[in-house]
Amino acid sequence: MNDRDYRVSDDELHAYVDDELPADRRGAVEAWLAAHPDDASKVAAWRSQAELLRARYGGVAAEKPPERLDVARLACRRRNGWIAAAAAAALAAFLIGGAAGWFARGIEATSPSDLARFTTDALDAYRLYVVEVRHPVEVPGEQRPHLMEWLSKRVGTPLRAPELDKVGLKLVGGRLLPGPTGATAFFMYEAPSGERFTLYCGRTSNRDTALRYTTGEQNAAYYWVDGDLAYVLSGPAEQEKLRTIAQAAYDQIDTHAPQRGG
Amino acid sequence: MVLFEKKSFAAKTGARLSDFRQRIEATIPALRRYARALTRDSETADDIVQDTLVRALRSEHLFHGGDVRAWLYTILTNLNRNRLRSLSRRPTLTPIKDGDAAMMGPEAGGRDIARALDELAEEQRAALLLVVLEGLSYREVAEVQSVPIGTVMSRLARARMQIKAYLDGERPPLRRVK
Repeated sequence: MNDRDYRVSDDELHAYVDDELPADRRGAVEAWLAAHPDDASKVAAWRSQAELLRARYGGVAAEKPPERLDVARLACRRRNGWIAAAAAAALAAFLIGGAAGWFARGIEATSPSDLARFTTDALDAYRLYVVEVRHPVEVPGEQRPHLMEWLSKRVGTPLRAPELDKVGLKLVGGRLLPGPTGATAFFMYEAPSGERFTLYCGRTSNRDTALRYTTGEQNAAYYWVDGDLAYVLSGPAEQEKLRTIAQAAYDQIDTHAPQRGG
Repeated sequence: MVLFEKKSFAAKTGARLSDFRQRIEATIPALRRYARALTRDSETADDIVQDTLVRALRSEHLFHGGDVRAWLYTILTNLNRNRLRSLSRRPTLTPIKDGDAAMMGPEAGGRDIARALDELAEEQRAALLLVVLEGLSYREVAEVQSVPIGTVMSRLARARMQIKAYLDGERPPLRRVK
């Protein structure tokens, strides 16, 4: 075939970039690129994409993998303790009250991260209760000590509803909800304008404490972990406002020791 | 340091890493890299890697030679696809750090490569990452994705075209519906 008349296809250009081209075609492709600046710039763009990807993610392979990825440990758990651990976990989940969800997931399936489950549940609860006019909460904010004592007892750890007056929010009250890991506390706050924000708070074994943001069409949420509790602050999808409130809540929860018994 | 910890753990449990397990272990750094780029979230990525390892170890008796690495990539790619299907109705999580461009929301943020990846359909993203980041051949990617090589090449071509358009600042055509 006459190289001069042979049009180099995009498939061949990709193969050239990825070193998949047969050796006897390389010369022809290089000659084509020298004569066709449009194709040459395409090839250059693809190469630069590859460099960006390697620069962004290449370093991950040099990180020390977390302990939970230790092969000996995973293999050992599977052989010796897997059944016992699964049975114990299933029993615990049943006692806590998350039995339906647990069995639906299946014992051997890896559950979605706490992060995703907490955020989804928190946003569902937000959307459900924020529109409620007459009964948005079970215990009103005026009965704060009682509210805190009750929810701390049910969640099983001392809780603290942050005071958000400084960012213009008043505690409407709270309620108990089922959550990804069992009993979960749900606090509602209200701005003078009537805008509502909720703080969802349940136990987690997750130790990744990074503050994360998630957004849907109309609502958004911040998620973080402090100690053995996961928190999700939900509100209208205005990131700056939500961030100010999340920051205020985060700071209080982070710097104050939990008040025992409310 | 790392080696020492692993040895002492193995000694304690009386477990000796088989050749199969050693090959799995050697692939973990690459699996984490692939998963991180595939999910753009470190926690989710390690969840999937862990699930991949558990499944691989469980199937040790089914493995009769062959390329452990390609097999692990296959498991991971499938698990991520299942995850996206089951999560398709959940909100998207974007990790943020103080002062990060992501703080400004999707509209104001920089056009970086991670966001460009977000714009791709899952199978295009996987094909591109397996070739470019993980260095798999077209043939290996075809096996991982269970499609003909021609399909791998068209996925690759579309991924590169869309990333180029995104980085050049064009509006993404039409947001794909999951």
